[in-house]
Amino acid sequence: MNRRFFGTTMAAVVALAAAGMSPVQAETLRLLTWGGYAPDAVVAAFTAETGIDVEVTLSNNEEMISKLRATRGAGFDLVQPSQDRIQGPQVEFGIYKPIDLSQIDAGQFITSMLESTKSVTTVEGEIYGVPHVWGTSGLVLDRSVASDVADFTDLCNGNHAGEVSIRLKRPVLIGFAFSLGLDPFAAYGDADAYTDLMNTVADTLIDCKDQVKAFWEGGDQLIASVTSGEVTAAMAWDTGGWKLNTENADVTYVAPSSGALGWIDTFALPARGENDSAAYQWINFVMQPEIAAQITAVAGNFTASQGADELASAELKAQFQDSFPPAAIDNINWYPAVPAGLEDIEGRVLDRIRASN
Amino acid sequence: MTEIGSSDLGATPAKLPTSVRRQPGVARLWFYLLLLPPVLWLGLLIILPHIQLFILSLKEKVAPRVYTYGLDNYIGFFNEPLYWMTLLRTATISILATALTLVIAFPVAYYIAKMLRGRTKNLIFVLALLPFWVSELVRTLGWIMLLRETGIISNTLLSLGLIPERVELLGNDAAIITGLVYTSMLFMVVPLINSLDSLDDSLIEAAYDLGGKGVAILREIIIPHAMPGIVAGSIVVFMLTLGNIVTPAFLGGKNSIWFTDQIYQKFIVRFNWEQGSAFGFLLLITSSLVVWLGLKLTRQSLAKTIT
Repeated sequence: MNRRFFGTTMAAVVALAAAGMSPVQAETLRLLTWGGYAPDAVVAAFTAETGIDVEVTLSNNEEMISKLRATRGAGFDLVQPSQDRIQGPQVEFGIYKPIDLSQIDAGQFITSMLESTKSVTTVEGEIYGVPHVWGTSGLVLDRSVASDVADFTDLCNGNHAGEVSIRLKRPVLIGFAFSLGLDPFAAYGDADAYTDLMNTVADTLIDCKDQVKAFWEGGDQLIASVTSGEVTAAMAWDTGGWKLNTENADVTYVAPSSGALGWIDTFALPARGENDSAAYQWINFVMQPEIAAQITAVAGNFTASQGADELASAELKAQFQDSFPPAAIDNINWYPAVPAGLEDIEGRVLDRIRASN
Repeated sequence: MTEIGSSDLGATPAKLPTSVRRQPGVARLWFYLLLLPPVLWLGLLIILPHIQLFILSLKEKVAPRVYTYGLDNYIGFFNEPLYWMTLLRTATISILATALTLVIAFPVAYYIAKMLRGRTKNLIFVLALLPFWVSELVRTLGWIMLLRETGIISNTLLSLGLIPERVELLGNDAAIITGLVYTSMLFMVVPLINSLDSLDDSLIEAAYDLGGKGVAILREIIIPHAMPGIVAGSIVVFMLTLGNIVTPAFLGGKNSIWFTDQIYQKFIVRFNWEQGSAFGFLLLITSSLVVWLGLKLTRQSLAKTIT
């Protein structure tokens, strides 16, 4: 229940252990990240090169922020929240520390992505994040039965009742808003307008709930339910669709006509991280094109590493081009930073949808 | 020695021999030493966090990192039907699940305690415990395998031709209650066996000799005797059910509305620890209230249940 107390105690225990053992123990990097972002092979290569052990903890945006909030930014040396989840939590809880860009080899990054992430993660003149992996949310469809679905709202057209799955988190609200012809990002700054907009989206989703089979939580869960044939159309991450496509050519990821939702997961330093130098070494290590390509192979998503895309497998490249004709790439709606307080509005809406019958 | 001892202990009468006089001091020291772990346990892990939680629940956010104190989080709970309906629903289903568990567990416990003897008794008892050697998570996943649309039950019914197409058995209240009853079975069976074991068989025989019928004996002899076990089991099962998060979430699917899930959402997904703490307290109050009401209605006391 009490995360702060537990967190502090744990931190104290860890600190004591570290203080007592540091002369004998090798240097450690405590990394809080997403599944697939730190494959065993990459970790082993990093340890071999630098002598630093990597402790990997897997999580998602909300849990990362909650964990750091509980310890006021301690317990990890490097975290990987999405770029839109840095500004708000930083203003609200102060859980990150600024990045020293002189420690990072900027030449390894795709310049446009680096600049965009820097501007999205700036708080009071300080930069808090650099980009790592990017991807999109859109539609995963079994084209043999659900080719009529072209946009998020089409999931609710009644043709696939009981075979639809969505993930009941903020992306579904944003995606449906665009699909309804609204612009949620334009309303970010105006709490009242945003509340109205979200209520419209909620009404649509509540009407649609009958047709939804399940709210999926993790990528593996969605893949299992599509593989079993229980779900034929879903709002999901691109990588899930491509993994399914490898096994069943009918299933693939489709960019919705209102635009796929683009996210970028970043590298950020926790406010009370203890090994910044190891964190910078890790960032520079995994942004090398060959290493980044290895991560792409496991995670299924492309990275912000300059030159790594050419090294991706031919199959993944073909899948990507199939899902994203050039126009669809321009059509991607990239998440701007979520202002503090917006999550409260979305939370109430999500509660309403979850509880509706 | 004597002087220090008696002045330290104060109340010890001077008449007693030295050895006896020193005894209470040592005994008291032991008493405090033995008391220390539970006091630390309660204090550090239960009372202290709850105080912090309570303080947190009174905080109101004005702006980022600016808070005042007030009852907004509690008022918010009563102003939003969604929240109190969820709590009401959670409590109702928990009571229902507890009652069902009791109805199913009672014959099982009676059979084990009264009908079986020796090794068979132990064997059947262990069989009843066996499912609890695996974690709750695994047991719940087992139910998912059985109940899902492409699961065992649905497929079997389909292949027997009893249903025209696959049915989804997950995602409804019945699935949640099934899971909850299964999960809490053990916690009802064990106290029931305990209390039924102590019932002298000759009392039942005597009741038959005096012309009592089965139902009357159950009502007049067996249930009154087993009452402490019933109450203890029901309290434990109710608490576990009310505080359960895995079973409703997994088996209820998109329709799982459970109060603990609301608390989780508040803390982890919405970063609203303040209201989450308030919800935690409301859950604590509700469960205490229901248990208190249950004890009043059955005219039992907690003390009687424990002994």
